[in-house]
Amino acid sequence: MGEKILMKGNEVIAEAALRAGCRHYFGYPITPQTEIAHYFAKKMPQYGGTFIQAESEVAAMNMVYGAASAGARVMTSSSSPGISLKQEAISYAACAELPAVIVNIMRAGPGLGGILAAQSDYFQATKGGGHGDYRMVVLAPSSVQELYELVVDAFNIADKYRTLCMIVGDGMLGQMMEAVEFRDKEDIYQADKSWAVTGTGMERDHNIITSIYIDPEVLEKHNLKLQEKYRKIAENETRVEVFNCEGADIIVAAYGTVARIIKNVIKTAEKEGIKVGLIRPITLWPFPTAEFEKYADVPQAFLSVEMSAGQMVEDVRLAVNGKRPVYFHGRMGGMIPTQKEILEKIREILK
Amino acid sequence: MFNKRITIFTGHFGSGKTEVAVNYALQAAETGKKTAIVDLDIVNPFFRTADVRNRLEAGGIKVITPVYANTNVDVPSLPAEINSLFEDKSYSVILDVGGDDLGARAVSRYRDQIACDDYIHYFVVNTRRPMTRTPDEIIRMILEIQDGAGLKVDMLVNNANMLGESTPELLAEASEILAVVSSRLSIPVGFISGMEEVLSAYEGDRGIERLYMKKNITLPWEQM
Repeated sequence: MGEKILMKGNEVIAEAALRAGCRHYFGYPITPQTEIAHYFAKKMPQYGGTFIQAESEVAAMNMVYGAASAGARVMTSSSSPGISLKQEAISYAACAELPAVIVNIMRAGPGLGGILAAQSDYFQATKGGGHGDYRMVVLAPSSVQELYELVVDAFNIADKYRTLCMIVGDGMLGQMMEAVEFRDKEDIYQADKSWAVTGTGMERDHNIITSIYIDPEVLEKHNLKLQEKYRKIAENETRVEVFNCEGADIIVAAYGTVARIIKNVIKTAEKEGIKVGLIRPITLWPFPTAEFEKYADVPQAFLSVEMSAGQMVEDVRLAVNGKRPVYFHGRMGGMIPTQKEILEKIREILK
Repeated sequence: MFNKRITIFTGHFGSGKTEVAVNYALQAAETGKKTAIVDLDIVNPFFRTADVRNRLEAGGIKVITPVYANTNVDVPSLPAEINSLFEDKSYSVILDVGGDDLGARAVSRYRDQIACDDYIHYFVVNTRRPMTRTPDEIIRMILEIQDGAGLKVDMLVNNANMLGESTPELLAEASEILAVVSSRLSIPVGFISGMEEVLSAYEGDRGIERLYMKKNITLPWEQM
């Protein structure tokens, strides 16, 4: 490991991508993630890579489609409204099985909304913001250090399965600064990219990257192949942090920076004699259903805390499967739930 | 410190300019000066002087922020009120300028008023930030910011830190790096800044002024 330095979440995303071998970035500025593009713009020339501020988010995502088709490690980033614009090309890239990393530093919506932190794009990220039966691996870091590690992992997962990976962070995670320690060298998954469109050299047949399958039998077969891939990803790549759950009175589900608030709630609640557990999904898709099943009989109740009107709570309910009541507490519009109000909610539930 | 009518703070993104400017303003006001702080940071919308407005106003400081500060609007504008501070010379004015050359451009529109006034331009450096780690990188950043602001840097501020993981050793490490910058650009170190507990444990550079800081900006999980 190298020396510790102080970095902003957004800067770390770009630095991690460069370390993971990403040499192509296409994006369009939007608060609160613009520093990602800013950092790439300054650094990419030193690596001989490509940085393009595209004319729009739509264009940027289609450029990702192009670079990924050629087998390159490629990234785009945006914030909520910009991610909405990318959805068509995301669905196309998912169908064409293109590996790429997309970052969404979420801001409050709907609409243009505001620039402050939110987690209200959970549905969009995990249930398919674009059309058709596709999935993306969705990774949700909760610290700047973890952000670095998960961006590197996202490139590896993307290449390993020929899939899209999305990093979701709330605006806070992108903007905050923390000490981060980089590894001297990254473990880079060496994928066979013989499928890439890199020129035949007159020595092989054409490779074709496409998302159009007119013949229904062929398209169904392709869909089945995609579903089999998603099943494998769910089997191998589900990640979760379980904390303080053995014998807990209540188990809180939270991801991203909200999970950090919960860790402090756990300490305060302990002084009152309440044992609060935390299940923090690190992959939002695949959702760590098995961990919720495992602890479903332990607490009196579950509570999902989110910066949304209640999105992940639906997956928590599916996983807990009626064994215990599942409550929700959320804030919207860029407001952040406080320890005080979460504690009050916990007391009220356990009353 | 505290002896110029206008004090300008520039630096790289995340150098800690805002924390330094806020603490500097609070201490300037404590010396009995009629103090105003202007948040000229139109680049970084999240953690800024606007966040600590109440604390500054409680200290009797006039606070001027971009019109969008801490609200939901992407596009900031600088209030006309800023101009009054160049007219009314009874104020000591502190300008917290945005990061890099882009942020520094915001100050360039007041360049003419500042240049004919009694001012000092501090460049805040945290050597544990990417892009300001070596003398070469720091010099490049200074030249870019001078270009953006249209005002030469007069003094450096050693603000080496890693937030909660700061140590006196970081200040010592930065002191050596800044000595090289100082000799190459003939810009002295004006003062050393750090959180009280860290800076008071730093034994070096006893000949240089110090700004002992209190933490003014907290993260949501640190709050009740």
